[in-house]
Amino acid sequence: MSWLPLDTWIVVTGALCAAACALLGNFLVLRKMSMMGDAISHAVLPGLAIAFLLTGSRSSIAMFIGAALVGVMTAVFTQWIGKFGNVERGASMGIVFTTLFALGLLLIVKGADHVDLDPGCVLYGALELTPLDPGFTLSGFGLTLTVPRATAVLSGIFLLNLGCILLFYKELKISSFDPELATTLGIDARWMHYLLMTLVAITAVAAFEAVGSIIVIAMLIVPAASAYLLTHRLSTMILLSLVFGVAAAVLGHISAITVPHWFGFSDTSTSGMMAVVSGVLFGLVVLLSPNQGLLFRSRRTGKAG
Amino acid sequence: MPAHPPGDPVASHPLQIRDLTVAYQRKPVIWDIDLKIDAGRLVAIVGPNGAGKSTLLKAALDLIPKSSGEVLMFGQSYSQVRKRIGYVPQRESVDWDFPVSALDVVTMGTYGRLGWFRPVNRRVKARAMEALDRVGLADYAHRQISQLSGGQQQRTFLARALAQDADLYFMDEPFAAVDAATEQAIVALLKDLKANHKTCLVVHHDLATVPQYFDWTVLLNMRVVASGPTETVFLEANLRKTYGGKLDLLAQAAEAVRKLQ
Repeated sequence: MSWLPLDTWIVVTGALCAAACALLGNFLVLRKMSMMGDAISHAVLPGLAIAFLLTGSRSSIAMFIGAALVGVMTAVFTQWIGKFGNVERGASMGIVFTTLFALGLLLIVKGADHVDLDPGCVLYGALELTPLDPGFTLSGFGLTLTVPRATAVLSGIFLLNLGCILLFYKELKISSFDPELATTLGIDARWMHYLLMTLVAITAVAAFEAVGSIIVIAMLIVPAASAYLLTHRLSTMILLSLVFGVAAAVLGHISAITVPHWFGFSDTSTSGMMAVVSGVLFGLVVLLSPNQGLLFRSRRTGKAG
Repeated sequence: MPAHPPGDPVASHPLQIRDLTVAYQRKPVIWDIDLKIDAGRLVAIVGPNGAGKSTLLKAALDLIPKSSGEVLMFGQSYSQVRKRIGYVPQRESVDWDFPVSALDVVTMGTYGRLGWFRPVNRRVKARAMEALDRVGLADYAHRQISQLSGGQQQRTFLARALAQDADLYFMDEPFAAVDAATEQAIVALLKDLKANHKTCLVVHHDLATVPQYFDWTVLLNMRVVASGPTETVFLEANLRKTYGGKLDLLAQAAEAVRKLQ
């Protein structure tokens, strides 16, 4: 295994993406709407396509706005269909996001086929290529550092998510635990829901380019789900989810450039390996968690009270 | 606490409901509700399943839309007096596996007064701890909520309402499936609130204890069948009107009425 500056950028970019997603994932998992992340990360596709067709550019700003709008629309439509169509939430989510995703695919294939916005790239991303797209150069202390564009964008998204969670910590906590009480206290749970959905949409669109929408789903759900099994405190859960996300990026990339060689293959996709590693880490947590792990369960004397 | 001159007619009615109708998908759930509740009352809201008891509470608290009618609290609309209103939802309405401690849950009661963005501070934590102590759970403050018994969970919810420091409380079935110790703790708490001129509206399902615990009774079955001091309202004829032909409940009620006499 040879480690180049390129590899460092890949890991940093993957870690930022995983951490940005994991932060939001905690609240999705606790609100029992993990699949909303799945739905939104697919449904942003028509937003991207329409923004592209309207502006004719792959400018990140237009795409952010388009995707964020469609992401929030996914949440709104899901609510409406559930309410007026008398359908359970999982089903209404399925209706909305498959329809929007299909619409997005059609728009891309029909309208934007001649440009570099292909569905394969949307699904799987190209984390390995991100260091080749220099964003800007920092210089100082006699050193110059060229930060890849995706790394810079994902740093911004990570800081945005972190900032929102710090700023709205108690509001997110109460509206996730007891939305009705939150609303009676003047913390409208619907607005917190849409804030979260907007952040998920923005994160999904920022991350899709670098790592693809599949990994966004994995990073939204798996690190938070692993963290949930290890603690009884929300703040600890959020910190642990970050640890799991970053670990997935580091171990994922190392595995991607080593494991296939053991079997005589060449390097594999880092984002794919990140998802595999998260799954493996989750499996270990399920087996080994001190409070809820399968290995310890037989020794426990049962719940108090 | 906002000052109201004694004898002020506005202050004397913590809750006033006029012509309230709520419908789900155009089917009315509660109809033409008119209620006027005096300060310092312990009010039982009693009626069969599907009578619209929880709906009445939620509509009053703007959690579900009203089809028509008006709800005034201390003479003002709910959004103007939010900070004076406490709410205890049904225990099953939340996920008790949520990663928070009993103290965290009680502290949530103070979020409304804290306001947006302001983080939880030591003063607020101390108030939450005091509320937990009042329901006898100080020793359980740092337990994760799934490790509490059903009765302890219910008391945690009541402590959270205490931490809200409200003047008018809405409680949805606080006595549902609790142990005898919790039931006594809740009754003591209600008496305490009454002694401090707080007003409590409590959805209650156990007819036998209505006369014992509550001094005002609202009989509800989509409409208000009767509302008034428990001794004048909690009568067999009224209960029969409220519950229709459900005989086992009526037998319970008859016994409760007999005890009262």
